[in-house]
Amino acid sequence: MNKEKKIIKNDSVGLVKTQEFTFESLKLQSGEKFGPVTLAYETYGFLNPEKTNAILIVHALSGDAHAAGVHENQNNPGWWNAFIGPGKAFDTEKYFIICSNILGGCKGSTGPASINPRTAKPYALDFPLISINDIVNAQKRLIQHLGIEKLLSVVGGSMGGQQVLSWLVNYPNNLRSAVPIATTIKNSPQQIAFNEVGRQSIMADAHWKSGNYYEGPSPSRGLAVARMIGHITYMSDKSMAEKFGRTKKVVAEPFKFTADFEVEGYLRYCGDNFVKRFDANSYLYITKAMDNFDASGGRPLQKVLQGILAKVLVISFKSDWLYPAYQSKEIVKACKLAGVQTTYCEIDSTYGHDAFLLEVEEESHLIRHFLKKVFYAYEVTGDYGA
Amino acid sequence: MGRKDIQLDHKVISELIKAQSTVLDLGCGAGDLLYLLIKEKKARVQGIEIDEQAIYKCVAKGLNVFHGDIDSGLAEFSDKSFDYVVLNQSMQQILHVDKVLVDALRVGKKVIVGFPNFAHYKSRLQMFFQGKAPVTEALPYQWYETPNLHFLSIFDFKKYCRTKKINIQRSVCIGKNHKILFLPNLFAQVGIFLISRED
Repeated sequence: MNKEKKIIKNDSVGLVKTQEFTFESLKLQSGEKFGPVTLAYETYGFLNPEKTNAILIVHALSGDAHAAGVHENQNNPGWWNAFIGPGKAFDTEKYFIICSNILGGCKGSTGPASINPRTAKPYALDFPLISINDIVNAQKRLIQHLGIEKLLSVVGGSMGGQQVLSWLVNYPNNLRSAVPIATTIKNSPQQIAFNEVGRQSIMADAHWKSGNYYEGPSPSRGLAVARMIGHITYMSDKSMAEKFGRTKKVVAEPFKFTADFEVEGYLRYCGDNFVKRFDANSYLYITKAMDNFDASGGRPLQKVLQGILAKVLVISFKSDWLYPAYQSKEIVKACKLAGVQTTYCEIDSTYGHDAFLLEVEEESHLIRHFLKKVFYAYEVTGDYGA
Repeated sequence: MGRKDIQLDHKVISELIKAQSTVLDLGCGAGDLLYLLIKEKKARVQGIEIDEQAIYKCVAKGLNVFHGDIDSGLAEFSDKSFDYVVLNQSMQQILHVDKVLVDALRVGKKVIVGFPNFAHYKSRLQMFFQGKAPVTEALPYQWYETPNLHFLSIFDFKKYCRTKKINIQRSVCIGKNHKILFLPNLFAQVGIFLISRED
């Protein structure tokens, strides 16, 4: 038991604290000036004196700044804890890792639930429509604040991957590599459709009240259903069959439409849990930003990537039907045509879209070696460390 | 990796490639050839490989590699993207060889092809005297498990190039551990050709 504890401790970043950075204002893509903006962020490891070992990790739709380690008096490790720590893919003994909650989020960064200083009330729908590029521009300010000119890498999956592409297109000289995982240049009609059903579910909840629910009950049912739909799209037919089968739950007081099957119970649990930690308006704003995103702004991506020196690692997963491999291959194709040094791997996984959080071994292998190559500017001319 | 451990075909291909070239290896496997080309020739390389486990080995060597099949992987490159396109021990496993070779000659200024010689005397003897599909060092598979789709000889490939008006710039025929100069279509296990559209 003691030994086990020690192992867990040795590869964990341990106790971590969320920090805050506030700046005056941000010019949004829409032209509007918005502020003040606060970003919640965490860091792991240490920035080297040359400031060449900083990696920005960007989170997906429901993520937050807490990517690794544990908070005081809490047991929940960060959302990518399996990848970040001493000796892990993002080795905190070598690299300085930064993760921030996105603009528009609800976990410490400025979003629709934050207090509008002009009215002393939550913004609600007075919060401006934001884009993925706005989210990235805010991150850029944080990186500057931390004194980092050039990131070693920007890494993220799903909507995080969209942010990675935005970084690559808008700040190619401020990063040495980019790792977009299970993501897309732009959302397909199918992805937009799922997001729209989620939004409609929230807005159909009587408690939503055009977004002004902060003083009364929240539109929890609507948000829970949105999350349930989301969870279906994050899994695969096979992973659901393996996890739940047609196993029935034992229900104490059955009625006609009780959650008989395990899978029903699971979705309800996920939905109910989600509403405790997520703001419905944030869900609306963020999914809208995802849908509106187009990495190349309507131009062919290969044109935009021309001459970029950053190295790229693209990862997709075989059973991911929400962000299918063909979308990752479109990124690869653009890199190919632009002559960007690129590696692509489609990992054989049955987890569906969730695989980017769960396929620890294969994904870690790819990321670890890729980062090593970039960090040591290693062109296979010799040994890594030399 | 010591100089001694390098496969002969890799050594031969490396000798055909000019220093500091750009090289695309179609079916690069675990990346040993590309690794050699970077070390020996300071080449800038890219691999394409269908096998996922081989991709992991390439990435561990620090190589740039695309996971995918050769047919579709090649079509996406623009003309003359590379100094050399290499098809070593992969050509005979591609479904549409002719199409891929035309494309390889478009994407690369030069193409290097290496394939097992079906007309090696050991194959001939097995066919003739034992009446069986040959299993040799260069063709190590049983008929029911071979990844090879096409069986060709050095003679066949030369004829193909003549018919298609492809220029053979160099050809090196090798046995187990040395080059074969005498009657290569009979004595060579592997043929390696440097071909191009130009003279």
